[in-house]
Amino acid sequence: MDTLLDGGFADPVLQSQTAFRAVLDALANPGTLQTLAMPQAAPSAMAAELVSILLTLCDHDTSLWLDHALRVDGALVEFLAFHTAAPLTSSAGDATFAAASAAAHLPSLDQFNLGTQEYPDRSTTIVLAVPALSGGPVLRLRGPGIKDHIEISPQGLPADFLGQWAANRELFPRGIDLLLVADGQVLGLPRSTRIAEGQ
Amino acid sequence: MTTVAQYNFAYLDEQTKRMIRRAILKAVAVPGYQVPFSSREMPMPYGWGTGGVQVTASIIGPSDVLKVIDQGADDTTNAVSIRAFFAKVAQVETTTRTAEATIIQTRHRIPEKPLGKGQILVYQVPIPEPLRYLEPRETETRKMHALEEYGLMHVKLYEDIARHGRIATTFAYPVKVEGRYVMDPSPTPKFDNPKMHMSAALQLFGAGREHRIYAVPPHTEVVSLDFEDHPFTIQHFPEPCALCGAREVYLDEVILDDHGGHMFVCSDTDHCEDRRAAGHVGPLGVAQKAAE
Repeated sequence: MDTLLDGGFADPVLQSQTAFRAVLDALANPGTLQTLAMPQAAPSAMAAELVSILLTLCDHDTSLWLDHALRVDGALVEFLAFHTAAPLTSSAGDATFAAASAAAHLPSLDQFNLGTQEYPDRSTTIVLAVPALSGGPVLRLRGPGIKDHIEISPQGLPADFLGQWAANRELFPRGIDLLLVADGQVLGLPRSTRIAEGQ
Repeated sequence: MTTVAQYNFAYLDEQTKRMIRRAILKAVAVPGYQVPFSSREMPMPYGWGTGGVQVTASIIGPSDVLKVIDQGADDTTNAVSIRAFFAKVAQVETTTRTAEATIIQTRHRIPEKPLGKGQILVYQVPIPEPLRYLEPRETETRKMHALEEYGLMHVKLYEDIARHGRIATTFAYPVKVEGRYVMDPSPTPKFDNPKMHMSAALQLFGAGREHRIYAVPPHTEVVSLDFEDHPFTIQHFPEPCALCGAREVYLDEVILDDHGGHMFVCSDTDHCEDRRAAGHVGPLGVAQKAAE
């Protein structure tokens, strides 16, 4: 199979609907794990979950920021150009979507587009691949979409994540929205969520 | 032999769906904020739910079960034609039963039966901006939302009290979402406002003509604006439903003759049918077994 041409969703219409509903459910119910639709083939440089979300939401209207490790992979850049036509940007502050293969490659959250007070919807949605969505330090979430509270334990979050997230929450209604992906699943952290250390 | 034109699944093209989906995701992330979107011409006139239809078309999948209500009823023109539309262009299963539906598109009512986890309520919204009748300029209302400057809305409610002795707004009663954005709950009767508060269902709002999408995630605070000495109250009906005898539900008046005869019946037809099937009979109702 030619990954460039034949990769992506086997059934673009219905699989992108499935993946979108997973992302919608993830953001509407922060902290819950939702199962994504998976592309039949994707360049090895990028986690298939990242590819799934980009195929679902990106097109020529959305500027896309890739971390350095992804950006240097010619096959991946070609694949995304062919399947989404999303213009790449090297400036995090201009990105509609940002994809990062690891937290180490992610600049601090406030480097991205935070939206404006008048148009908070113009902020960046960051999609971050992590090693696993459970088994890490326990975090406790509160906020819209969460009945009382919920605990999550993703691995591989950025250093000083709680501090960065608190600063992001402080900007509400401005701020970035974060999607964590691993093992075919997505976990949503909309800017409205408050995060504290668990237990 | 005639060939029927093939539409894309759920009518909209994929680029349009992606654009609407992105707007929905941002709407969910900022509860109560109206996200601008590039609304499309739909094969129905404005006022028939073009916003709701575009939202439903962007979220619906083959495994969804769709219910559509117009003022609580499953059997009115708007509800029937939208249900038929999606049965045709998305081949989805449709239902009139609230509990069986995964997506409920509604024009101006919230079902009486509490909605559950996983259900999505899609509202058809004519004027999404709660401040529009107070301030016609979009540039100004946008600034008011940005600065959380909602004094004008309280002045409006206060003027109601000064003039009528009470808050006279009975539908499209403004709410505050999660303590931040003032939002128009679409022209639902204020009777339904308490159902939005901490609902287990995801609530999405689409305004086609006005190009706006907004949302209330599950378990989100939705508080009707009021004053300490004039607290928010919902309508109460002196009579029960004439057919099923239900109290504490929203009732419609039905004129029976030209001599002033009338009765009040449940606005939510599914709720009324359920109750009658369970053996409840109102003052003008006929017991189900006897009627068959």
